[in-house]
Amino acid sequence: MRVIVIGQEKLVYFLGKHFVAKGYTLTLITPNQAEAIALSHKLKATVLHGDGSDPAVLEDAGAYRADVLLALTAQDEDNLVTCQIAQKRFGIPRTIALVNDPDNQPVFRQLGVSVVFSATEILGHLIEQQTDYQDIKALVPVADGNVQLVELTLQGHHLAVGQTLQDLNLGEAIIACIVRQGNLLIPKGSSRLAAGDRLVVVSRAETYEAVYSVIVGETS
Amino acid sequence: MAKSSYFVVVGCGRLGALLSSQLSSAGHSVVTIDIQDSAFRHLALEFSGFKVTGDATEMTVLRKANIERADCLLAVTDQDNLNLMVAQVAKIMFDVPVVMARVYNPMREAIYKDFGIATISPTQLSAQTFLDILSQDMQMAL
Repeated sequence: MRVIVIGQEKLVYFLGKHFVAKGYTLTLITPNQAEAIALSHKLKATVLHGDGSDPAVLEDAGAYRADVLLALTAQDEDNLVTCQIAQKRFGIPRTIALVNDPDNQPVFRQLGVSVVFSATEILGHLIEQQTDYQDIKALVPVADGNVQLVELTLQGHHLAVGQTLQDLNLGEAIIACIVRQGNLLIPKGSSRLAAGDRLVVVSRAETYEAVYSVIVGETS
Repeated sequence: MAKSSYFVVVGCGRLGALLSSQLSSAGHSVVTIDIQDSAFRHLALEFSGFKVTGDATEMTVLRKANIERADCLLAVTDQDNLNLMVAQVAKIMFDVPVVMARVYNPMREAIYKDFGIATISPTQLSAQTFLDILSQDMQMAL
């Protein structure tokens, strides 16, 4: 896969490292010359110094052949224009933009960016949820935040321990898998939950709290 | 356009201030937006419109300028991408009937013109003016 990443500082470095490790062909565009030189020494990637929203720079970065472009600068307007030019001029099928102002999320979607994420919103969300529910290991909003994927570990005192899945009234949520002592169990109606089980639960974002109280037994 | 129209001008540098002042003295309602308070000093003394301080990429700032009611938005900050973003937001999210953006980079300008955004490139205009004068004065074939 050919990936173009535009941004600066540690975010692009560590993300770049991750993409290179996955075997992607990576091109980085960063506005600061000294940083571009440093990155080119540290990463197995093509690094360009310049303005990622400049069509000439994008062309140099191989935009005509790229599969994905990520625009991750601190300026929403630069990220938007970069994604639009990438998509409409160079035909890059998938563009991903960071929005700094969460209000701009619907705007970017309407204006054609394939994936829009707001770091502010994700962090705010995570902190809110983490302080509420301490047994949760991971919480991933999917489908634009309408659906949540949650991993939680059952403790001995939790309500669901000893119950079978068909006994639990989970409403619209499902337990997608159970990890017991490192082994993956595919859940069936007759599966009986035990303390120490790690559950991956998929639910609508707004019903999550109800599901949590059915499994754990109390809401905080 | 009606006799007196409602204009939102984004960016109050030399160009923005000149446009705002002239539209205002022609009897139009004008709101000018700039991220810096000090920019409004460029406005003519006769300017009788409103001033909004803030970042026009934030929808709250555009709403403060009553963009829903605007007949026309001119995006004339010194940043191409900001102008292009604000122009599209005005056109698509707020249905402003007439929208124009200043874009310095001629390549970027050409792309957005293709998307149907009315753009003006000072670089392109100056080059053309230079070439026109040269071809007249020096009878050069250009």
